[in-house]
Amino acid sequence: MDKKIYGLLAEFDTPTQLVEAANKIREAGYKKTDAFSPFPIHEIDEALGIKRSILPFMVLGGGIAGLLTGIGLQVFVHVIDYPIIVGGRPHFSLPSFIPSAFELTILFASFAAVFGMILLNGLPQPYHPVFNVPRFALATREKFFLLIERKDPKFDYDETRNFMQSLNAQEVFDVEE
Amino acid sequence: MQNVEDAKALERRLRPPMVEGEHTFGSVSDQIGDLALKKKTPYHWFIGFGIAFLVAQSLLFTVVYLVTTGVGIWGNNQPIGWAFDIINFVWWIGIGHAGTLISAILLLLNQKWRTSINRFAEAMTLFAVACAGLFPLLHTGRPWLAYWLFPYPNTMGMWPQFRSPLMWDVFAVSTYATVSALFWYVGLIPDLATLRDRAKNKYFKLIYGLLAMGWRGSARHWHRYEIAYLLLAGLSTPLVLSVHSIVSLDFSVAQLPGWHATIFPPYFVAGAVFAGFAMVLILCIPLRRLYKMQDFITHTHLVYMAKVMLATGLIVVYGYAMEAFFGWYSANEYEYFMIKNRIWNGPYWWFYWLLILCNGMSIQLLWFRRFRESEFWLFVISIVVSVGMWLERFVIIVTSLHRDFLPSSWAMYSPTMFDWSMFLGTIGFFFTLIYLFVRFLPIISIFEVRTLLPDAQVAHGGHEHADDTFVGGVNESPGRKRDKLET
Repeated sequence: MDKKIYGLLAEFDTPTQLVEAANKIREAGYKKTDAFSPFPIHEIDEALGIKRSILPFMVLGGGIAGLLTGIGLQVFVHVIDYPIIVGGRPHFSLPSFIPSAFELTILFASFAAVFGMILLNGLPQPYHPVFNVPRFALATREKFFLLIERKDPKFDYDETRNFMQSLNAQEVFDVEE
Repeated sequence: MQNVEDAKALERRLRPPMVEGEHTFGSVSDQIGDLALKKKTPYHWFIGFGIAFLVAQSLLFTVVYLVTTGVGIWGNNQPIGWAFDIINFVWWIGIGHAGTLISAILLLLNQKWRTSINRFAEAMTLFAVACAGLFPLLHTGRPWLAYWLFPYPNTMGMWPQFRSPLMWDVFAVSTYATVSALFWYVGLIPDLATLRDRAKNKYFKLIYGLLAMGWRGSARHWHRYEIAYLLLAGLSTPLVLSVHSIVSLDFSVAQLPGWHATIFPPYFVAGAVFAGFAMVLILCIPLRRLYKMQDFITHTHLVYMAKVMLATGLIVVYGYAMEAFFGWYSANEYEYFMIKNRIWNGPYWWFYWLLILCNGMSIQLLWFRRFRESEFWLFVISIVVSVGMWLERFVIIVTSLHRDFLPSSWAMYSPTMFDWSMFLGTIGFFFTLIYLFVRFLPIISIFEVRTLLPDAQVAHGGHEHADDTFVGGVNESPGRKRDKLET
């Protein structure tokens, strides 16, 4: 092999074929795998053995941070830094602090959800080896792809290629580095 | 097999398919994506965009004149210190709420019909919030100092007043705008990748590519993506309810009869959704015809929206009834005076009855299938409702203010030309943005529509013609295991 190979990519026509192939790949012991599809397929998580993301905890953390910021800010402003009586309410008038604190809770949690998702996914990532396969442009349209990386301990070019071919793939492509 | 046929027919009747016609993943991508990518822009786009852009110029003109002169060019006076600026603010922000309702609440309720209308309903939300924000911003009088509203350490040694509903508004509306934009963008990422991979034009490819951030549809990415999307929906749901509740607190925290009512938050939220669905229908009905999207925005979608409009409209009518009842039952002479003044012996009584006609009477037609299923009537009723919701805010704000506690300060309100030119201008601005959106971005969420196709289902328990024994494939989300039907 002259060209540097990143991995092997198999193309499928339907989500069912993809999930079946993914199951077989996992059973064969491949670990460095990924699937690509034009829409989310829930079965694939189990088939590829994808662990549940920590994202929900980040969002919870974001929400708690937002709440504490909201309460803390208002307490600082109205109790510590510039105590002034407005509308006969006490300096620490929690009920009127709730709306702003609530909005900040939502805001920070949403930031955590969106930016957490983007960062955990390693985006923005303009270049990825799979884009070198011309057919891969169809992954955002109608085709389904399965990838085994060369880094996988079980990876052996000929053996893996034959194995992928045996999974009813339309075609198996070399992914160049 | 007879049972299977019957069950399929029943399923079709109970849950009509959300995508009509014969479609594949590819044809869905093409039909929706090509609107943005096709070289030839339809002539009606230029006409519509031209008109909207022209009308938007009156906003530009008014804002320039307003900033250089002052808010005195508006008809606001004492005691009607809040008039068109807050009427239009509440009207626009209410319209925006349907977008979030469709994208978030209906997602949580697992209503599949949201899928083909959520994208442009969310766009509508963003643009409506942009229009809404202009009014309080310019009403501050010196909009270049609007950043004083945000808490930041400054040399004046001053802080905003967090006990004021107006401050809550700042937080609510800016959070709402930010979260709506994020939600919209997250929903767009996979579709932007589709457009990137399909675009022929170098510049389009580059721009869509940059915006898609290198999305490649990886299973791990989808996994986190779905979690993020669902959590955002869960966060947006209380957010949208809180935003209009807080907007209503601008009024109900005040002591003024006609504003000081506990019913305001739920009544405002229902009104917002009502107005928003009317606007979605106003946009949807021409859009699906002009762009031949009837396969995705089906007749069923329109009927469902009409039903939501009827339901929320009835809640609003209940609100009107309760307002009048409270006025009488409170045994408070100021409350009673206010409601009498509003309904029959004040100078603005006919506004009230116009409002009841638009919001209360017109929607009763939706009980009848003939009106509910006619695009023409839905369009007309939606416009009437939009006018009605504007009148509602006029009635709440102007009639409550113009007869306050002190008879010596009673006055009448009439808007000036610049009130009108600014309001019209925001309508032009809104439609300008909608036209640009329709031209450059996918108006329907492509990847979500793909999941509605029967092919998107993963067949369980062996792949030998499993599809024959499944019913109602189109409505189910992929990944949900469905029971096999006994045959």
